[in-house]
Amino acid sequence: MAENRNDKNQKSAHKNLGNNQNSGVNLEKRKFLIASSAVGTLGCVAVAVPFVKSMTPSERAKAAGAPVEVDISKIAPGTMMTVEWRGKPVWIINRTSEMIAELAKHDDQLTDPKCDVTSQQPSYCKNTDRSIKPNLAVVVGICTHLGCSPTAKLQAKGDMGDTWSGGFFCPCHGSKFDLAGRVFKGSPAPINLVVPPHKYLTENTLLIGVDTEEKA
Amino acid sequence: MTNQTEVKQNKSVVANAFNNGLNWVDERFPLTSNIKAHLTEYYAPKNFNFWYYFGSLSLLVLVLQILTGIFLTMHYKPDAELAFGSVEYIMRDVPWGWLIRYMHSTGASMFFVVVYLHMFRGIIYGSYRNPRELIWLFGVGIFLCLMGEAFFGYLLPWGQMSYWGAQVIVNLFSAIPFVGPDVSEWLRGDYLVSDATLNRFFAFHVIALPFVLVGLVAAHIIALHEVGSNNPDGVEIKKLKDKVTGIPLDGIPFHPYYTVKDIVGTVVFLIVFSTIIFFAPEMGGYFLEANNFVPANPLVTPAHIAPVWYFTPYYSILRAVPPFPGVSLLSIPPSLFPGVAAMGLSVMVFALLPWLDKSPVKSIRYRGTLYKKWLAAFVVSFIVLGYLGTEPANVWGQFGAWLGNADRATVVARAFTIIYFAFFILMPWYTKKDKTLPVPERVTG
Amino acid sequence: MNNIIKKTLLVLAFSASAILPQWANANEGAHLDKAPVDASNHESLQRGARTFVNNCLNCHSANYMRYNRLLYIGLTEKQIKDNLMFASEKIGDPMKVAINKADAKKWFGVAPPDLSVEVRARGANWVYSYMRGFYRDETSATGWGNCVFDPVSCKVSMPHVLYELQGEQAINHETHELTLAKPGKLSAAEYDTLVGDLTNFLAYMAEPAKQQRNHMGWFVLLFLGVLLVLTYKLKKAYWKDIH
Repeated sequence: MAENRNDKNQKSAHKNLGNNQNSGVNLEKRKFLIASSAVGTLGCVAVAVPFVKSMTPSERAKAAGAPVEVDISKIAPGTMMTVEWRGKPVWIINRTSEMIAELAKHDDQLTDPKCDVTSQQPSYCKNTDRSIKPNLAVVVGICTHLGCSPTAKLQAKGDMGDTWSGGFFCPCHGSKFDLAGRVFKGSPAPINLVVPPHKYLTENTLLIGVDTEEKA
Repeated sequence: MTNQTEVKQNKSVVANAFNNGLNWVDERFPLTSNIKAHLTEYYAPKNFNFWYYFGSLSLLVLVLQILTGIFLTMHYKPDAELAFGSVEYIMRDVPWGWLIRYMHSTGASMFFVVVYLHMFRGIIYGSYRNPRELIWLFGVGIFLCLMGEAFFGYLLPWGQMSYWGAQVIVNLFSAIPFVGPDVSEWLRGDYLVSDATLNRFFAFHVIALPFVLVGLVAAHIIALHEVGSNNPDGVEIKKLKDKVTGIPLDGIPFHPYYTVKDIVGTVVFLIVFSTIIFFAPEMGGYFLEANNFVPANPLVTPAHIAPVWYFTPYYSILRAVPPFPGVSLLSIPPSLFPGVAAMGLSVMVFALLPWLDKSPVKSIRYRGTLYKKWLAAFVVSFIVLGYLGTEPANVWGQFGAWLGNADRATVVARAFTIIYFAFFILMPWYTKKDKTLPVPERVTG
Repeated sequence: MNNIIKKTLLVLAFSASAILPQWANANEGAHLDKAPVDASNHESLQRGARTFVNNCLNCHSANYMRYNRLLYIGLTEKQIKDNLMFASEKIGDPMKVAINKADAKKWFGVAPPDLSVEVRARGANWVYSYMRGFYRDETSATGWGNCVFDPVSCKVSMPHVLYELQGEQAINHETHELTLAKPGKLSAAEYDTLVGDLTNFLAYMAEPAKQQRNHMGWFVLLFLGVLLVLTYKLKKAYWKDIH
């Protein structure tokens, strides 16, 4: 009767919950279990992507962090100007020929004279003067020790002592950098100042934030 | 009954490790016992139909709203000067922000679609009857919190409808005798809806009410599992159990049967959900109102203020009930409180259902024609009142002088308000009087 | 079909019929012409962008629209910088306006609203009809009236910025019908195209992600369709045991 049939259905239902007595039905279950789990997982990942991406920099952040164009024609030799890029101070130093010559002379006093730490400058600035044009240094003015902004001590000697050939001195903990932003031995700062990606649009226009294209 | 001799030699290293891990947890936390009690050995009636999808769908929408809400909060600014702009920022400048926003706005409306259908199921099958009254009461609590959550959330975009909707509803409280105006001022935190109001509504919407909602949902489900689900026949499946196993004869384990069935329901829901989001997120102005794309302006009242569609039946009742004219001889001033009270009662009255229904049967399948007619009248009232709430009172023109040039819509709204309340007030009488059919012992599917 | 579902649908149909007659009268106020909105027509959008920048951006801001968004309607960065950017310097900047809001309110009576989401607030057909609905009104402060803006009083605070192109229209005060009294630089058809492009651009600006959204929708529904088939068959496989 109806009651018996219901009981039998119950029994078979529980049986199938156990293990593989009725392999045909179970094979079907397994097939669709795997198929729908696979497609379902794909769907979940696909839905997760927009959420994760929504946390990346927005158009507003990208606009605020956009490349900065600088007119460099007015920087007198031996002086520097500071511009802001991505909230950080960037120094543009017009080095005189004496200053450029000095750069090659004190490698033994530097922690990383050959710019071996590649994270600190783009590949087109892995040279002694760490720049594209030998007279123009472009460095981020943030000490690589704990983030203070070093003071400019561009002139040789003066209150930095007789052996000083020009550079930067960080007042927080005493780190010293040369006119190419390379760190002196004995400084708390471990690595050279960062050279940001930059390129020259014209003779007098520098664009900070975009890399110079590699020459073929 | 079940053949569960474990074949140990076929177990892999991974399975062994898994089992050991599971045992470690079970010694310290009731994991397996809860999985059994609430999933694999929780027996639900086997005759659940279409109406039984909406509970799990409500839970799904709750999770969706919380998830999308969290990501919106990363970019939204709860400041009167910045709020409107921050929503456009999300729509344009945040990668995929538009998708998250539309998911949240569509989810809000879909939440009410799903919850109203879920409540309707409870009504037609008598799921609020003994011993399930508390499940129903938790449900009424959830419904009230959901209305609050939607109301607070709607102010956040700070558009014209957001602002003026909030202004109207908060001003309703000032109709409460004696304490009204002070209550309104306390709610607003200012003399008018302003930045102060926006900020606190943000706190209510993002933290306070979600916590309360999740707690009430947990209580709702715990109460359900304590007594077991009702079913379309209103038959108590626990009355007839297998003599050996103790399992209800008409019961099947929730997992895997209803987990696998609810997944299908989920996919169907997601198809409807996605169709709306990707092709018509504004839904003709019902889900996202056109006037809300105008920034809030305290000095310009829109020609036509209406609440979002899911509040409109109650709004209709608010407008339909005439104000108290006052008694000048006794210096009692006129008051709008009757409308406000009627609106509040129209929502709260659901809580009384378990005690208003005097029928010997639970499910509509075995009820007589009296009940079915009254229920049909109630549903028609709900829908027509809902529609009228979206329109101004003069939408259907006026009657002639013979009815005092009254607005047709107002007269109709008043008639349907009476029917709406009569469904509940007269229920003890017509459910007792009704001719019912005999209820079967076993479920019929 | 389940008895309850049948009855519910009947009840719904009955209630819908009570509401339905009203849907016919959905259009309140002035009659609106259909705007030729087509987000895939990049040339139209570009022309509309040019009209907007040259004529509207002096008074109306579009604070939520960045210049670089115009890259998506087929313009290059150079084209945007050379032809469309005047006051602003960077391409990532939003379309702000130089006019002082307080001054504007003094001059016009109301500050010209930001137009970023105007089409979402008013509808494309309204914007299209509005820009073609100005007529000469000597009695008004600006010299112009517009019945699309206010079907009752026909008063509007905005002057007819494009009057040199459209010419001057005159109105029949009973029927609100407009006729061209003095022709402008463009013919009626040319002016309609100009305003159509402008409306198209404003519609694009109101929701730049719309095309991407519609496009994605098809793939999402296709995926869900496949998932539905699989999960339904899974359900059937399990429920074979029951009944």
